[in-house]
Amino acid sequence: MDDRRGRCALKRKVQLAVIGGGPAGLAAAVAAREKGIDDILVLERDMRLGGILNQCIHNGFGLHTFREELTGPEYAQRYIEMIHRHQIPCLLNTMVTDLHYHADGTKTITAMNRKEGILSIEAKALVLAMGCRERPRGAMNTPGFRPAGIYTAGTAQLYVNIMGQMPGRKAVIVGSGDIGLIMARRMTLEGAKVQMVAEIMNYSGGLKRNIIQCLQDFDIPLLLSTTVVDIKGKERVEGVTLARVDERLKPIPGTEQEVECDTVLYSTGLIPENELTRKLGAGMDPSTGGPVVSRGLEIKGMGVFACGNVLHVHDIVDHVTQEACHAGENAAEWIRYGSLPEDAGGFIESAEKNVYRPGEAEDRITCIRCPNGCGMTASREKDGSILVSGNLCPKGKDYAIQELTDPHRTVTSTVRIESREVAALPVKTSREVAKGRIPDIIRAISGIRVKPPVRVGDVILKDAAGTGADILSTGTILL
Amino acid sequence: MEDVIIIGAGVVGASIARELSRQDRRILVLEKNWDVAEGASKANSGIVHGGHDALPGSLKAKYNILGSRKMEALSRKLDFPYSRNGSLVLLPFGGDREKLKELLARGIRNGVEGLEIIEREQLRMLEPNVSESMEAALFVPSGAITDPFLLTIALAENAAANGVEFRFGEEVRAIQRSGEGYCVETENSRFDAKLVVNAAGVYADRIHAMVSREPMEIIPVRGQYCLFDKEAGDLVKHTLFRLPTEKGKGILITPTVHGNLMAGPTAETLSDKEAVNTTAEGLSEVLGKGAESIREMPQKKVITSFAGLRAHERNGDFIIGQPADAPGFIDAAGIESPGLTAAPAIGEAVSEMVMQICPVPLRQGFIHTRKSIPCMALSSDAERKALIDADPAYANVICRCELVTEGEIREALRRVPRAGTLDGIKRRVRAGMGRCQGGFCSPRVLNLIAQELGLDPQEITKCGGGSWILMGRNKEEGHGR
Repeated sequence: MDDRRGRCALKRKVQLAVIGGGPAGLAAAVAAREKGIDDILVLERDMRLGGILNQCIHNGFGLHTFREELTGPEYAQRYIEMIHRHQIPCLLNTMVTDLHYHADGTKTITAMNRKEGILSIEAKALVLAMGCRERPRGAMNTPGFRPAGIYTAGTAQLYVNIMGQMPGRKAVIVGSGDIGLIMARRMTLEGAKVQMVAEIMNYSGGLKRNIIQCLQDFDIPLLLSTTVVDIKGKERVEGVTLARVDERLKPIPGTEQEVECDTVLYSTGLIPENELTRKLGAGMDPSTGGPVVSRGLEIKGMGVFACGNVLHVHDIVDHVTQEACHAGENAAEWIRYGSLPEDAGGFIESAEKNVYRPGEAEDRITCIRCPNGCGMTASREKDGSILVSGNLCPKGKDYAIQELTDPHRTVTSTVRIESREVAALPVKTSREVAKGRIPDIIRAISGIRVKPPVRVGDVILKDAAGTGADILSTGTILL
Repeated sequence: MEDVIIIGAGVVGASIARELSRQDRRILVLEKNWDVAEGASKANSGIVHGGHDALPGSLKAKYNILGSRKMEALSRKLDFPYSRNGSLVLLPFGGDREKLKELLARGIRNGVEGLEIIEREQLRMLEPNVSESMEAALFVPSGAITDPFLLTIALAENAAANGVEFRFGEEVRAIQRSGEGYCVETENSRFDAKLVVNAAGVYADRIHAMVSREPMEIIPVRGQYCLFDKEAGDLVKHTLFRLPTEKGKGILITPTVHGNLMAGPTAETLSDKEAVNTTAEGLSEVLGKGAESIREMPQKKVITSFAGLRAHERNGDFIIGQPADAPGFIDAAGIESPGLTAAPAIGEAVSEMVMQICPVPLRQGFIHTRKSIPCMALSSDAERKALIDADPAYANVICRCELVTEGEIREALRRVPRAGTLDGIKRRVRAGMGRCQGGFCSPRVLNLIAQELGLDPQEITKCGGGSWILMGRNKEEGHGR
């Protein structure tokens, strides 16, 4: 949408080039601009900025960065607006195919797009923000047939949330990574049956709040220490065989269970996407899958900075933003002074993730107001009041009381849009509604068709299903 | 009325079609699947065998040598990948050296050129990553690799350019004698032809039994493979075979023409002709036995695994020719390894038979050559620029892992026979063939197919039939599929 704006300012030589216009790239570009670099170019392969956030239509983003709970597209839109405000040129639909580091320290970017053909751009400094990709079924060595109906969770998310198309009607989800959990809910809300989530480990790597809101809310079983040992179906998936695994993660004979399904979604890990990084000659860290960076996120004195999921896989986008700000600031510093200050910001380690382990806290309430996911206990006192402990902030207490008496949820989904770019517009309820009313909300929006332009915050439907909650657009789609 | 009906559009059927199209005839290929190369031709080692292995005097030996000698020239005419990387048959310490010598002698008798037994030091020089446990090897310099899909597609496109008609989704149910020829029945249609060629792969015995009482039994022998990331592609340069045993040729390790590494196949005798599934045991055999040939198996770099079925005739050799009780019906059956290598020679042999049975003049203006779909990934900067100048769609990257552009995908959709499915696109231009296995590009490819062919995304399949990618739209209840 800002393609033209980008083109006017396009130069073949820039001070800072940012590869990738997702959350990391956008935050890095904004931070560098705010540190006084006015000659920046962002290169993005998709038709719009925002990266994977565009398809992450669920909420839970931004609690650290913006102190409020946003959906993925809303979070992205905030940064897209900053990019526009700073008039930072962006090349969309542009794939970077090669990076070259010259002896004199300059870097050449080779890229391609429909309008300009092959582009060669020289940059003084680079920020790498290419993100990550999903590990596919093939890499998991799952035996069986190879029919249609086997997708990574993220691919399914794109079909449902951007294209408005259902990749299946009856699904088994393999792996309980967050995208898999999120897709369990999405598929269910869009009318599919999710049979179960099978996780090979004896705990889930997904956030506790996702276990609660995406599985428990919809009675979707989570089978731990369980993996898929066979996939059946010649044309389309017809079923899978699940088996329990031992401590060495090997399937235990005799524990097989046949499950009927037409779809298998893999949510089995993310891999930083560093093919371009390797072309620069950067060393890789086998533990993170990302490049080896020195203090200040720089690849060994090259003036090349890495941030976000290309560096290491982050659990929450707020951390990506924080790290990318450091990368952008440091790149600015490097461009001006050729070195980094002593206190240059670096790697944002993921806080120890609040993962779900069975047996623990089954009788407790996990707060989902923020990613802290405090484990709380709540009990009713003689006077009828509810006593809450274990919460780090007052939000936890309110939440525990409501969760005990009348759980409420923000509903996120899509409505159809007649756009040239996408078929689905992401929406959410303007406030939380009682958990039991979620199906009514979905029914209320199922017939809605909208036309562009639509912006974040536009009211799509007033007082949905008499809940008092409006349906708001969470995306900006202008064409 | 057709002159010739060919049943099966694998590499053998496509090769026969291409050779027959030199003759001035009406030729129809019937294929039960929805693209060419959907059987054994899509799941094999992609090796152009030197010919040292086949029993002297067998049809396998004869057509292997002929095919192996033709393949390089054919690859230039029809523009498909071919690389003479050479093969090595490895002898472990304490292994049976007599067997290796026997293989050498057999190869010489078969007419394979340049064979020699090399010792440890030379072996290390040729192949630095070969396992320490290997003492010597038979070096087969004429051994080569190709892309079995692109070979089949090249043959089929050239056949189509010379007037051959391909019909897909036509499974032959019955064949009756009718007058001078045969009537071939599929579920929806009947086709008459003077001659019928049986190139039906694992089902060749069923087709054969529709017209002949001569015994034929095709036993499916499964081979499972693992394919590795291109990062592991330069681990070996040659195709590394194990010393053959009574159980088969063993697990080989080979680079592919596209720069991946591949290991396989297992050899499992089955009865189910549809059992192209992999198994836990099979995959662990591939990785375990494969690891014996090289220093370190890049286990973590597997990007996909697959299985194919060899069409093994009970007596172990190719069957090429007319059964005594079915004149005008020609079998090209039992074409297992080295069938890919032999296919060009089998095509010629069958077309000569057809000419003898029913002579016709040669076609005027036979088109000898065919150009492949442009490949941006392998093009020079100048070639890329020229492609983009002619059509900017060549600058729109759709598959990032293999660098495949919209231009290449649209071109694949305009070829005959057409790639109307995700798998068809994948095999022609490699979109989805890379390390993310289509996670990124498949929705984009799906949209392009729908756009180019004027279809709804809901109609797009992985490989035809009921292999739908999508199952309705959001919030659509009671969807029928």
